[in-house]
Amino acid sequence: MSYRIKGNTGEWEVVIGLEVHAQVISKSKLFSGAATAFGADPNHHVSLVDAAMPGMLPVLNKEVVEQGVRTGLGLRAQINMKSVFERKNYFYADLPQGYQISQFLEPIVGEGTITLDLEGGDVREVGVERMHLEQDAGKSVHDQHPTQSYIDLNRSGVALMEIVSKPDLRSPEEAGAYLRKLRSILRYLGTCDGNMDEGSMRADVNVSVRKPGDELGTRTETKNVNSIRYVQQAIEHEAKRQVKILEEGGEIVQETRLFDASNGTTRSMRSKEEAHDYRYFPDPDLLPLVLDPAWVEDIKATIPELPDEKKERFINDFGLSAYDAGILVADREKAMFYEEVAEGRDPKLAANWVMGDFFGALNKSGLSLDASPVSAKQLGGLIGLIKDNTISGRIAKEVFEVMWETSKDADTIVEEKGLKQITDTGPIEAAIDEIMAANPNQVEAFRGGNEKLIGWFVGQTMKATGGKANPGMVNQLLKKKLAG
Amino acid sequence: MSVDKNTVAKIARLARIRVDEKQQEELTGELNQILGWIEQLSELDTDGVEPMTSVVEMTQPLREDVINDGYYVDRVTKNAPESAHGFYAVPKVVE
Repeated sequence: MSYRIKGNTGEWEVVIGLEVHAQVISKSKLFSGAATAFGADPNHHVSLVDAAMPGMLPVLNKEVVEQGVRTGLGLRAQINMKSVFERKNYFYADLPQGYQISQFLEPIVGEGTITLDLEGGDVREVGVERMHLEQDAGKSVHDQHPTQSYIDLNRSGVALMEIVSKPDLRSPEEAGAYLRKLRSILRYLGTCDGNMDEGSMRADVNVSVRKPGDELGTRTETKNVNSIRYVQQAIEHEAKRQVKILEEGGEIVQETRLFDASNGTTRSMRSKEEAHDYRYFPDPDLLPLVLDPAWVEDIKATIPELPDEKKERFINDFGLSAYDAGILVADREKAMFYEEVAEGRDPKLAANWVMGDFFGALNKSGLSLDASPVSAKQLGGLIGLIKDNTISGRIAKEVFEVMWETSKDADTIVEEKGLKQITDTGPIEAAIDEIMAANPNQVEAFRGGNEKLIGWFVGQTMKATGGKANPGMVNQLLKKKLAG
Repeated sequence: MSVDKNTVAKIARLARIRVDEKQQEELTGELNQILGWIEQLSELDTDGVEPMTSVVEMTQPLREDVINDGYYVDRVTKNAPESAHGFYAVPKVVE
């Protein structure tokens, strides 16, 4: 189903491109030795380079370059062996240099691809136009003083990757899928923590509308949107706003807009109108960055199995559905957890338990995976007990609840509570005989053709055995005995 | 290539440099003269010549990713006309 905006003159297609700013995981900044950690006191993580004191010179951080190359490789993108840092000139209170050091004509990473995982296990490829390295700006605080803004430069000079998609996205859902997948890849690579709350990932959203099949329309750019939901809201609002203007005979002005999270709308950011003339030029303080091919090969060797490959493997080796595999690989830690659970166990049963009872309990208790009271090994143990018929699936759910409460192993709990499944025919037969003797009318009715009553007998037998009877055997024995 | 008075005024505004009417006239002349000189370079045949991005034959030196700077908020804000609670305090800039 294509996403369309319904207007008075028919349906409109929405064309979306995203520019994602992702903070690079590194200890120190892109061009200085100041720390990057979030949450420090104002201006503590600031060197004289970051404060743009006269005479200070930038020196490029090797780890950041490596992270950039790693990200490019993870996006299946072209790595440019030569790239150039340029100055992007504009004035703002939190930009002490008066320019941002960025890459413009020659970015470190060229075209790549991201595979979107859509509803129902569908996939779609979206192009990445480029990725470049640049400095972050400082932070302005406007609400602490009636006539002043406070400037904190802790973020100033922290390395960002700007990842620019092609205008390949066509709906808020696809934009969401793109951001989730990109975040997942960056987390797998360990190049960005993807934490949108702390601003380590934020998106500029380019939106235009057109009648299906027409040329691209004029776009607007909504800056610095910091959650996936907000990105989707901004797209929706912006598309509707543009359709209304066009249908009323107006024209779209190419402009920068701001997203207002309080009401889900966008508004013009007039101050930026002239600022688009950035007068880029190569930074004379920095030489071109030339990568040694051997270094790139070394970095390639450190790339872990990424979500797409892992998903492929889960489908092929474990027989999981594309949908289940997609859910399990989205988060690297969860995927690793699942693999540990599934190790030497039935992989499908393991997937059901991890995605069902386990994630359910985790969500309900609001715990993160590493704080889970039940380890992957323990959950694997429980699955082993189900598989070898020690306990039934129903009892397993009870055992799991106790495991969650006590962090004990499944077999200990089964032992302590005497929950071992009854697989001897003797006790089951005895229970059935008793039930049949006590309920002659039901036996009569069943034999008279009311075969649905078998369910009632199964229930009674399970109840009589405290739920411990093997359900398969109960069925089998009941059928035999009831048949007379 | 040449610039007119309006372009000069725009460049000055972007660079936050105050240039009055009279200076704009003068600068237009000066800048056009400079652009003229630079234009002479295009008479040279540069086919097959690598663009020179630097006068030194070396590539970008890299530093290791270690924290060895910062943690001196007093030095950082020392020259600020105003500061408060470790922040720079500037006239309010709100979108």
